[in-house]
Amino acid sequence: MEKTLEFKEWFIKNFSEFERNLNGEKTPGVHKLRKDALTKFKELSFPTLKDEDWKYTNISPLFKYNFSLDSSGKEISSEVISRFLFDEMEHSLIVFINGRFSKQHTKLLNLPEGVIVGSIADAIKEKNPIVEKHLGRYADHSNQIFTALSTAYTRDGAFVYVPEGKVVDEPVHIIFLTSADEQIITQPRNLFVADKNSQVTIIEHYVTDDEKIYFTNSVTEVVAEENAIVNHIKLQEESKAAFHIARTEIDQERNSNFSSLLFSTGAAIARNDINSRFNDEGSEATLNGLFIIEDEQLFDVHTLIDHAKPNCNSHEHYKGILDDKSRGVFNGKVLVRQDAQKTNAFQQNNNLLLSNNALVNTKPQLEIFADDVKCSHGATIGQLDDEAKFYLKTRGIGEEAARSILLHAFASDVLKFIKIKQVRDYLEEIISKRFN
Amino acid sequence: MLLEVKNLHASIEGNEILKGINLNVNPGEVHAIMGPNGSGKSTLAQVLAGREEYEVTEGEVIYEGKNLLELSPEDRAREGIFLAFQYPVEIPGVSNVNLLKTAVNEIRKYHGEEELDAFEFLTLIKEKMKIVELDESFLKRAVNEGFSGGEKKRNEIFQMAVLDPKLAILDETDSGLDIDALKIVANGVNKLKSKDKAIILVTHYQRLLNYIVPDFVHVLYNGRIVKSGGKELALELEEKGYDWIKAPSNSPKGGEKKVVTSN
Repeated sequence: MEKTLEFKEWFIKNFSEFERNLNGEKTPGVHKLRKDALTKFKELSFPTLKDEDWKYTNISPLFKYNFSLDSSGKEISSEVISRFLFDEMEHSLIVFINGRFSKQHTKLLNLPEGVIVGSIADAIKEKNPIVEKHLGRYADHSNQIFTALSTAYTRDGAFVYVPEGKVVDEPVHIIFLTSADEQIITQPRNLFVADKNSQVTIIEHYVTDDEKIYFTNSVTEVVAEENAIVNHIKLQEESKAAFHIARTEIDQERNSNFSSLLFSTGAAIARNDINSRFNDEGSEATLNGLFIIEDEQLFDVHTLIDHAKPNCNSHEHYKGILDDKSRGVFNGKVLVRQDAQKTNAFQQNNNLLLSNNALVNTKPQLEIFADDVKCSHGATIGQLDDEAKFYLKTRGIGEEAARSILLHAFASDVLKFIKIKQVRDYLEEIISKRFN
Repeated sequence: MLLEVKNLHASIEGNEILKGINLNVNPGEVHAIMGPNGSGKSTLAQVLAGREEYEVTEGEVIYEGKNLLELSPEDRAREGIFLAFQYPVEIPGVSNVNLLKTAVNEIRKYHGEEELDAFEFLTLIKEKMKIVELDESFLKRAVNEGFSGGEKKRNEIFQMAVLDPKLAILDETDSGLDIDALKIVANGVNKLKSKDKAIILVTHYQRLLNYIVPDFVHVLYNGRIVKSGGKELALELEEKGYDWIKAPSNSPKGGEKKVVTSN
């Protein structure tokens, strides 16, 4: 308990120093948001196992460390960055090193007129009206302490804006690389806004070049305006000693289509909150995910799909492969409000345990207040299919290859949703390396 | 001799299923193993393929001069043994072509041969697909997933044709097939026949043997081969059923204790 308080105190005390370093980024609108969030941060407590939403995720190891803000201005070579690029893929790349935008590594393709891909710190400085309108509006900081912390310390992150009617053909790849000699906290604060009839694919990619202890606390807000299509891929390959706490908040207007794919292999403790809200009719949300963990890693995903309006569809499919003493948590809440007739909501969670000591807690949570809806959910926890393995062996395929084939097959259910072949190949490669 | 089974006993979870099987198979021969349900036919097929759930408690199996029971299931396959499953396993997410490519190359690697390149491999499988009259779209489908019974059995024969085994064991490949599918399957098997390969057909029905003519027919009952003969034995079984085999006078002499029950 004392540790937790100390941890909290540091962020309260350090705020004035953080403020002093903001310079031109202290624009009135955003800075008021920071200060409000700090007030909330002071009031809120860090979660414990007694909180229903954190029942299976013991976050207390986080408070053992004294994380500081990075001030090293460390430089990273292109060679390091290139390890995390997709082969032969045309795309815009923006890179953040220890939470700060790196102009040196950023390469933007010829983007359609009016499209913005860049640093939110710059956009704040320029008092970008889109940022002022949307930042902090969806990821409510009044009841979630990690969001309050992120908001109070809003500094940098990715800002993507696609104006009405524009289609960004090539994906936007955002790399967040943490490479620190000290135990640091980075708080990427991202905002993706797709205006009416626009389309964009964004890849949020968390990586490290070293297996160090650090803390990533990220908040991403996504706005899909009327008839917009947003494909969001998040790849989490943090250090296996790191902490990764991330919230993705999606606001969907009429006839919009949002799809999300979460691929997660890193972090000692990874917690993801993904919340999508249908503000109007005719929209669709697809949330998929695959996590592969080992040793004593913990992966937690909490999703909420808020069917606030009628005629919307949601599909959710999360899969986990757990080895050693790792632990997985899935909590999928679907809220169908009284007004949300003709809702279709499907949810599935499948887990593969490769060891007797791995553990999964899975909980579907359907709260349905409308009477004309189709909702389903299912969860499975199992081991590799011995029958299938024997069948493969009788075809001359050895133990290792048979295991690898079956694990790829399990993963392919989720990976097949990635339309970009190069990204799929990149992930297949990670899986191959992990299981061969 | 290709395969020599000597006094093979096998059990599962403490229940003895095979109680002393003797069987000799030479290259070029087709053996049919018939018998009523529960007699141990499938167990024999599974034990030969190397299923680990069965414990061999006595006897030996010599395959090409090697102790077969010491080989892993994958090494048995690599040495040329193929089991066509009675109930082929569905493997979602694994395409037929992926399974075959991995299998062909794992077997080649075992024999110190180079892997086939994409072109050589496709040439091979396209040629073999014709044997079982399968459409090319079939290659991309997941192994046996959503296949009809007939498609599953044809897939087994297709895999067999590609892997080109020396000893093929077909476990009730005929059951559940309509006559057209049966002819396709039988035709596929007949194409594999050659003077240096052998086939063991495990079947409940004589019907298959109209299309694949066996050199020997063995009747398996209660874990033992109780009768062996030529192809005419199958016809006799078809006519008389299995009851005459089960009758006490036909059970083999041996050390088995008779259980006396009171009336």
